[in-house]
Amino acid sequence: MGVSLTKAAQWTSCGSGKLELTPMNESLLKEILCFVEKLGFQHPQEAELVFEAPLQWSTTLVASDFKTDYDIRDLEVQSHEKDSEGHPLLQLSPPTVWVRSFSQLSKLVHFADYKKLEEVRACLQGKHLFNIVFNHPFVRLDPTTVKNDIELLKRFCSEGEKRVLKSVRYTSDYEFENGCRAPLWRQLHSEICYLVIEPCDTDELYITCSTTGVFINGGIKHEGAESGYERTSEMYKDLVTLLKSQSPYFAENIKKQDFAVQELPSTQRIQHVESVDMEEQGQPQRSYEQHEKNVHDKARQQHTLNKASGEKKYEPCPRWRNHGLMSPSWYVIIPYKMCPEISSSKMKAEFSVCSIPGSLSSHKIKTPAGAMPVELSSESSLESEEEEEQSECRPENNIDLPSEYWQIQKLVKYLKGGDQTATVLTLCAMMDFNLMQETCQLAIRDVGGLEVLINLLDTDEVKCKIGSLKILRKISHNVQIRQTIVDMGGLQSIVKILDSPVKDLRALAAETIANVARFRRARRTVRQYGGIKKLVKLLDCVPNLANLTETKEKDVEVARCGTLALWSCSKSTKNKEAIHKAGGIPLLGRLLKSQHENMLIPVVGTLQECASEESYRIAIQTEGMIKDLVKNLSSDNDELQMHCASAIFKCAEDKQTRDLVRKYKGLHPLVSLLQKVNNKQLLAAATGAIWKCSISVENVAKFQEYKALETLIGLLTDQPEEVLVNVVGALGEFAQIPASKAIIHKSGGIKSLVNLLAGTNQALLVNVTKAVGAYATDKANMLIIDQLDGVRLVWSLLKNPSADVQSSAAWALCPCIENAKDGGEMVRSLVGGLELIVNLLKSTNNEVLASICAAIAKIAKDKENLAVLTDHGVIPLLGKLTNTTDDRLRCYLAEAIGHCCMWGSNRKSFGEAGAVAPLVRYLKSKDSTVHQSTAMALYQLSKDPNNCITMHEKGVVKPLIHIMGSNEEMLQEAAAGCIRNIRLLALANRKARLFY
Amino acid sequence: MSQLSAMNRKLKQTVAETISKHVEHFNKTEIECLIRKFTGLLGEPAAPGRAVTGLDRGKFRSILHNFFGMTDDMIMDGVFRTFDKDNDGLVSMKEWIEGLSVFLRGTLDEKIKYCFHVYDLNGDNYISKEEMFHMLKNSLIRQPTEEDPDEGIKDLVEITLKKMDHDHDGRLSFLDFEKAVKEENLLLEAFGTCLPDTTSTDLFEQHVFQEQLEQ
Repeated sequence: MGVSLTKAAQWTSCGSGKLELTPMNESLLKEILCFVEKLGFQHPQEAELVFEAPLQWSTTLVASDFKTDYDIRDLEVQSHEKDSEGHPLLQLSPPTVWVRSFSQLSKLVHFADYKKLEEVRACLQGKHLFNIVFNHPFVRLDPTTVKNDIELLKRFCSEGEKRVLKSVRYTSDYEFENGCRAPLWRQLHSEICYLVIEPCDTDELYITCSTTGVFINGGIKHEGAESGYERTSEMYKDLVTLLKSQSPYFAENIKKQDFAVQELPSTQRIQHVESVDMEEQGQPQRSYEQHEKNVHDKARQQHTLNKASGEKKYEPCPRWRNHGLMSPSWYVIIPYKMCPEISSSKMKAEFSVCSIPGSLSSHKIKTPAGAMPVELSSESSLESEEEEEQSECRPENNIDLPSEYWQIQKLVKYLKGGDQTATVLTLCAMMDFNLMQETCQLAIRDVGGLEVLINLLDTDEVKCKIGSLKILRKISHNVQIRQTIVDMGGLQSIVKILDSPVKDLRALAAETIANVARFRRARRTVRQYGGIKKLVKLLDCVPNLANLTETKEKDVEVARCGTLALWSCSKSTKNKEAIHKAGGIPLLGRLLKSQHENMLIPVVGTLQECASEESYRIAIQTEGMIKDLVKNLSSDNDELQMHCASAIFKCAEDKQTRDLVRKYKGLHPLVSLLQKVNNKQLLAAATGAIWKCSISVENVAKFQEYKALETLIGLLTDQPEEVLVNVVGALGEFAQIPASKAIIHKSGGIKSLVNLLAGTNQALLVNVTKAVGAYATDKANMLIIDQLDGVRLVWSLLKNPSADVQSSAAWALCPCIENAKDGGEMVRSLVGGLELIVNLLKSTNNEVLASICAAIAKIAKDKENLAVLTDHGVIPLLGKLTNTTDDRLRCYLAEAIGHCCMWGSNRKSFGEAGAVAPLVRYLKSKDSTVHQSTAMALYQLSKDPNNCITMHEKGVVKPLIHIMGSNEEMLQEAAAGCIRNIRLLALANRKARLFY
Repeated sequence: MSQLSAMNRKLKQTVAETISKHVEHFNKTEIECLIRKFTGLLGEPAAPGRAVTGLDRGKFRSILHNFFGMTDDMIMDGVFRTFDKDNDGLVSMKEWIEGLSVFLRGTLDEKIKYCFHVYDLNGDNYISKEEMFHMLKNSLIRQPTEEDPDEGIKDLVEITLKKMDHDHDGRLSFLDFEKAVKEENLLLEAFGTCLPDTTSTDLFEQHVFQEQLEQ
């Protein structure tokens, strides 16, 4: 009730605080009067409550009007009723009256009789009755709430479809410490600030925001207006409501904003929020607000409870808060599907808003900045070094803003209203601020400076553009600024400048892009506006002339900035392609000849980033860049060395590249880099390059000369995983040379390797098992592995969820079983091990199947173990696999079948499992290793007559005769043996027919 | 007539030769073209018998306006003052060529000297606060509602002084100016555009050197 009353009461415009004599007011007064009169009977207890401060007004009553219960002395009157401190609850000292409780007020009204309406009116004018009566139950707007509303509305002014308003501006840039912008004398009338809002469909609206609500004024256009403060519309509770009633377009479109978020497809990211009941409002993120304005908060809280009970408030999920993920922003962006609460709840737009604390803490605003999250969605972060797009919290209270803020605000004002000369001077002054400091960066944005800077880029004034870019390239080190630049469409303008005839401008634009393009959407924008092509064009210069003229030197600088930008852009796969297409690779190759580190670092940085694509790896090799990369391995700049090593790491998958690295004497510098143990990134790159280079056995021999193995073994402990993966990978390749096995034995490397088997990093486990397997081929090393219980560790890795780890472990088991002192016993000692192996035959991964078959072949050599395998049903599982067409799998499968024949009725069982006919088909394979293991298996299977019949039916004889002509003795024997068995059966058959 | 023009040409070549010895950025042919342009601009003497020896302020300003799009009277006067080294109210042929050498093709150092001279309105070798105010007074949109509409300009002058006045004497000496410009090239034309942009430079050079040669 209090709300409606305050809002509805029509005060006179002159500001003297008198109620107008309007019918509306008349009826209101009556209502109040009625309320006051009744309260005494209906709620006697409440009526007795003593006010904090007395109501006071000029009354027309005189002493004689008062009856009993009052002390009357001359003209003065005092009530008998006193408060706890002895003050009378009613006191009259004509013409002023003080009243301290409702019951007294009620009595007074009663005494006033026909004048009671006059008394209530006088009382209201004397002091706002409501405020005391209802203990602040109104919507009281405060400067912060208003400011936040305005910020919100400003966002609706952005260009494009989502535009709901043309412009929103304050009439004054100056803000008092209390957050008000109205002149002091107007603040006395509870006015906070004045706005000029231009809706899309109607004329400009001149609006006053006061603590009691917002209304349209008489036209205050700018600061210091003399007139126009009067109210010309009804009072609205907030800006959005006012705008809805004044602009049909706004009303219509703001609804769409409401639903914008609901329409998010499920793959998009949204901010993770959970609903929290209103009662839980002591949230930490609100705490500062509460310190600031306890009273308001309380009032608002009550109001909300009254007005909209059941309305929910959405707070960031407390789960995240506990993990320290809340800072610096208030919430974490997580994939939509991880947050079922949101998809199921009926929330509309609210949740997207509340992430910015304070700015939207007012529940009155249901229309969020809806458009924003839609844009930053649909970004996958598959790419390397992805930067999370995030929103942030703005400091809400402007009381603590640093002095820079105000100075920058002033400068931005000059930028807006200055000609070219003033603009350049102002830009130069702005450069003197510490633009790398977040306070200044955000200040520029928050006072609207970013917009002006971006607008300057579209002008024809070269100096203004240079000045603007000089500032943008600095402040774009800030994540939020980068995102805002992209949101405002600034990146397009910057890309356009890459074509400018002015070299300084091209260089600055490229440098700014290098900063801005740190997240995917920005990189995509650069590409879509043709930026990649333009950047590649910047690279065209000759970097190594003996004496560069001034212009040539500038060209080189432009090229350097262009490369920096490409480096940032090259983190997106499509951009890598675009750079390639635009002819960037040969140009990068030319720049790679430069002598200067500041050029080489971005060039090699880009190359190594792009070397993830095969086309680049080939080009790097064919364009002759390996030589330069090798040369720069010996630079004295760590970063450059790292990028070179990492480029070689990626390119050395190719054999020719590995040979080139050796040819250009790159192996020794790589080993030298292993000394830089404190630079882990460099160490990771160098060990990676060594690993890939050592795939060629010639390189291993060279590495051995430089004592690389010994150094690498030293790196097996106390290194981060990205280093360990590469070190162990290299160790595995080094085992190609027998000498390595002795060295590792001597230097205790096996123990370190076995220790690493207990880790969890899958890439590392793949390499460790591979290395353990490689060194297990040596009996002495195998002894140590066995002693350290290494086989059990490898075996248990078969349970790892990664197929790569499973297969790598199974491969490693083969040499372990083969070279252990008593392999059979060792396997038996692993409880449940054989069952595990047999079950892995149900895997769908061919590599896993192949490795398991290989391991089964080794295990089956022990009769006892074969019996156990058979019990676990290995035969039908192997039989089921025989239909595969994968030659690698066929090879190991046939071997396993061959070895499994050696127990009981397994031969017969294979026949029953339908394994024989497919095996015959293996003989048609082009892979000779398949022939070998298949011939052995067929020989074993042919010891069962039924299998012989099947084989014969499937035409096994002809290919076997062919195989008998092989050079391989084992193969010859197996094929011949098989044919012999078939032949014997045929003979026996004939004999039987003859004699019976 | 042809005899006269032949003599003229001979004379021009000699003059060009002499001037080219102490002008840096033009070759002899270019100087000849500039001389031709100069005489063209000079036009026929207003009163016969009284030889015109140079471009007066009015003519010079219309050149600055027509070719280089300058509009600010104060700056144009400053440019004229800078070209007119002997301060006789006329830009002579020699002054024309020497001036253009810096104006069109000057090095940074030359341009710093030139701009400083343009901005030093009273020629006392300092750019004072008053001079700055004078030159900047139209550079900001005035807020008529403000108590002092010049407040913004005054503030801008203070900001500029803070940035450029290295010896803190409240005015800019040449050394102050030079140092500030070397630190930030954008400050070269701090108080108003007094040099042509690349486009108008190119157009002018094309106009003078190429079209005239074709004649």
